[in-house]
Amino acid sequence: MNASSYLSRKKKKQPNEHTAMTIASEIAMLGKTFETRDPRTGEVIAKIAEGDKEDIDLAVKAARKAFDHGPWPRMSGYERGRILHRFADLVEQHTEELAALDTLDGGKLFHVGKLQDVPGAVQLLRYFAGAADKIHGATLKMSQRLQGHTLREPVGVVGHVVPWNYPTTMFFFKVGPALAAGCAVVIKPAAQTPLSALLCARLAKEAGVPDGALNVVPGFGSTAGAAIAGHMDIDMVSFTGSSEVGRTVMEAAAKSNLKSVSLELGGKSPILVFDDADVDMAVNLVNMATYSNKGQICVAGTRIYVQEGIYDAFLKKAVEVAKKSVVGDPFNPNVQQGPQVDKNQYDKILKYIDLGKREGATLLTGGKPCGDKGYYIEPTIFTDVKDDMAIAQDEIFGPVMALMKFKTVEEAIQKANNTQYGLAAGIVTKNIDTANTVSRSIRAGAIWINCYLALEPDAPLGGYKMSGFGKDMGMDSLDKYLKTKTVEKEKRQNAHAGPKANPKPRTRKRIYTSWAKIEDHEWELKNFRLFSRASKKRVLVTLGSVTY
Amino acid sequence: MAARKAASSLLSRRLLTRPCPASSSGSSALLRAGDNLYPDLDRARELLPGAPLQRFSTAQAAAAATDEPIQPLVEIKHTQLLINGNFVDAASGKTFPTVDPRTGEVVARVAEGDTEDIDRAVAAARRAFDEGPWPRMTAYERCRVLLRFADLIERHAEEIAALETWDSGKPLEQAAGAEVPMVARFVRYYAGWADKIHGLVVPTDGAHHAQVLHEPVGVAGQIIPWNFPLLMFAWKVAPALACGNTVVLKTAQQTPLSALYVASLLHEAGLPEGVLNVVSGFGPTAGAALCSHMGVDKLAFTGSTGTGKIILELAARSNLKPVTLELGGKSPFIVMDDADVGQAVELAHHAVFFNQGQCCCAGSRTFVHERVYDEFVEKSKARAEKRVVGDPFRKGVEQGPQIDGEQFKKILRYVQSGVDTGATLVAGGDRVGNRGFYVQPTVFADAQARPRQPMILVYQVTAFSINVVYDESQIAKMDEMKIAQEEIFGPVQTILKFRGVEEVIRRANATPYGLAAGVFTRSLDAANTLSRALRAGTVWVNCYDVFDAAIPFGGYKMSGVGREKGPYGLRNYLQTKSVVTPIRDAACL
Repeated sequence: MNASSYLSRKKKKQPNEHTAMTIASEIAMLGKTFETRDPRTGEVIAKIAEGDKEDIDLAVKAARKAFDHGPWPRMSGYERGRILHRFADLVEQHTEELAALDTLDGGKLFHVGKLQDVPGAVQLLRYFAGAADKIHGATLKMSQRLQGHTLREPVGVVGHVVPWNYPTTMFFFKVGPALAAGCAVVIKPAAQTPLSALLCARLAKEAGVPDGALNVVPGFGSTAGAAIAGHMDIDMVSFTGSSEVGRTVMEAAAKSNLKSVSLELGGKSPILVFDDADVDMAVNLVNMATYSNKGQICVAGTRIYVQEGIYDAFLKKAVEVAKKSVVGDPFNPNVQQGPQVDKNQYDKILKYIDLGKREGATLLTGGKPCGDKGYYIEPTIFTDVKDDMAIAQDEIFGPVMALMKFKTVEEAIQKANNTQYGLAAGIVTKNIDTANTVSRSIRAGAIWINCYLALEPDAPLGGYKMSGFGKDMGMDSLDKYLKTKTVEKEKRQNAHAGPKANPKPRTRKRIYTSWAKIEDHEWELKNFRLFSRASKKRVLVTLGSVTY
Repeated sequence: MAARKAASSLLSRRLLTRPCPASSSGSSALLRAGDNLYPDLDRARELLPGAPLQRFSTAQAAAAATDEPIQPLVEIKHTQLLINGNFVDAASGKTFPTVDPRTGEVVARVAEGDTEDIDRAVAAARRAFDEGPWPRMTAYERCRVLLRFADLIERHAEEIAALETWDSGKPLEQAAGAEVPMVARFVRYYAGWADKIHGLVVPTDGAHHAQVLHEPVGVAGQIIPWNFPLLMFAWKVAPALACGNTVVLKTAQQTPLSALYVASLLHEAGLPEGVLNVVSGFGPTAGAALCSHMGVDKLAFTGSTGTGKIILELAARSNLKPVTLELGGKSPFIVMDDADVGQAVELAHHAVFFNQGQCCCAGSRTFVHERVYDEFVEKSKARAEKRVVGDPFRKGVEQGPQIDGEQFKKILRYVQSGVDTGATLVAGGDRVGNRGFYVQPTVFADAQARPRQPMILVYQVTAFSINVVYDESQIAKMDEMKIAQEEIFGPVQTILKFRGVEEVIRRANATPYGLAAGVFTRSLDAANTLSRALRAGTVWVNCYDVFDAAIPFGGYKMSGVGREKGPYGLRNYLQTKSVVTPIRDAACL
């Protein structure tokens, strides 16, 4: 297999080059290491420097210095954009390598990584490179004699904790807008998938991101991650991962320096398939929504509600398609589903499948591991799922679909919203009214109509309810890396407000006055006239009257 | 990166904070109060006893325009019209000469577009818009084409700059150091907008879903001037393309070369055929045909106010296409009494003399407070006399020739009119050398009629303040001279004396133009007051000619319609479509 030989070549060379922490862009090996494993086999790929609290301290110090004294926030947005464009070009040149690292480290499909994920990350980075010089403040209308404007300034040192499901993509979800805004970053990649982030850090340095502006510290959540969330010198933390961990991040932020928090957490996203849908199209869409990336997607469509009219046809077809899915080595281009990321996840998914069966749901297909090595699980479908079952409520993060039936639009909306999560939802219908009503009625951060996983750089993504707050992607995501500063200054009495105080010359007799400030009240010009003897001759003088 | 920054951030800032690169005699161009302003002058007299009477510095004398012109190292690749992705001859087969303003000699003969060529170009643009891939591809793909174009511009920077200098006579250092990087910056800026064009979803008073789509307007007709051929190309073409429009561009007949060259680079970057069509030619023929064309959906023009009026009329008479106009100016540059006079002189000098004075926003009315007036005039004279005029290809030259014989004559006529109406000619006033279109940096002082009676009629004394009452009729008469009223578009500075803020506001605003203004002061209050009171599209405070891609630019009054650059520049090339549909039983409205 070509990809495999490519990998074995890379495996020897590349990963080990970037296994150390990148602090202040200097690659330095400090003490302890941990292992990152190939989920196809469970074998160790590389030993990675294990960042802990002291390493986070070092990284934050470097970031602090880069932000407080370094060039990054002081250069123009255009210059930052230029560097990010170069960064994007370099990432593009390393597309295969990054895709291979994520496949090796996370069991992701190599060809998807190469054709979609990494090019998508490059596009995202270019998007933010183009946004770096489009951060606008506003001039304000004041009610008093003041003039005011706002400045949008970078928030400072940003801590990022990213998950293992899309290592490269998530890296740029976070780092792209933060760097564009002018922040300095300390990012902790997931313990399972640290390799691509380290390569990206090297590319960033090569592109010209100044030392200290981007620091990568691989390590575990309970140590390095906790140190980021609780750090007194980090101004903002952005986390993508599970809702439980999100809660601890927020708590640590509250207990430390009240840093602002952005959380992109779990989901149990519904897809509503209405009677008027084309069944084949709907099944393919749902299949993609549930099983893409082995179901390890926060926005995965895992609760499938099908209207009763097409339920049976849908079910039959869904099982057919799931059975046809090829599970195997993610480097094989014919494979549609690779292994789960690690043993923990693998065990957790199998536990949920077992729980589903015990709670009385009907297992239609799948439900078993594949092969005798690695963490492969068959695409799994349950029916007869009740809304209160664990497999309908909890985020499984694996290739497990819960298939349910509904009768009316109202019922579908009610069921779709019956969850603590609110990350995304899908609608499959040809009816414009259904699409409009449902898309406005579901409490979720992303609604995909007749499409799914339509992740676009310009489209903000983030959750309602316990799926988190704060957006990734789009111009909205820049907002969270910016602070608004309001500047107001006194506008002195003699400041002309504009045309009113400054009419065009007309006649020789036309006379103007300027006005004094009396106890902060404004004088306004009125056409009230009287004679004055202030000059030697009698002249017409226009006087003002006081208005409060 | 530092070099790039210095180049693309603007001249005025650079010139204020660093020794002027152009002063080859080694003395700093940054003048400070108390500097001896005349050493160069004295040396010049010693060294060149037989030199012409003009009191020019050594540097200027060394770079005298009479030297043999430097042969530019650039090949002219394209002289035909660019229609539908191909370089073609004019339908009539006619050509016209484009002239080297250093010598008046012909640089190249260029295909002369006329009505028929405009028809062909519009047909190509129409097809590219109505059926072609450009408006249909994703914004990211358009963005990529523009980014590649910017990279190509940087790669060919030297060639482009040389072509620009050859055709327009602007100093090569300015073209290469500032303008070409600005073009790349500009293209990248709008490339970044392409995928961020947002409409609003608006709340309605009822159960309706209303969303606003911003769609490209269609075929844009664009006419650009000769003073900044490349920059104007970028100002016009980049936002139009980023939004997904197709373009028919008519360049100025004086400077057709650089646009043809960069348009070929844009195609190399992946622009589909027909999306950008470039027609060289004259205003009354090709320009008028474009403006009157029924197949053109939008017009954008930069040039004189007189021509702007005609364009607006032609648009009205044909298909009511919307028009963006960026027209003339007679911009005031106001020096308050608290200013550092040396710095003020330097900045005011660049405000007016930059690009041979051929800037629509040139700060050509220099208003100076009476308390610093005499010192200012003296130093301005010295600075103008020190200005290095010569072959724009020569290093250290600050000022090249004017664009053509017509402009050259017009400027000298204005100088004569200044002298005739009683203004004091302080410096310059004549041509330089006897070949090409070089004009001496010229400074007029006292360019105002002496008031026949006191301007201030009344001092109103109240318990709280003293109010000054001006006689408006006197103020209006002060700046009646032609050189204080009309756009000269040449290296002619007109210095005017003023007494107070109120007075200078009135005088500065007493013009049909309103393109830009400069304010030089240390006072926060004066800066605030003036920047709000001046009726102009741009007010530069303690800087001038700062043209970043993100800063909107355009005129008040007869200086134009609409704004270019920044997010505002996108509006010119976008239609707004509201899409409304009922929603039933929505959870939120």
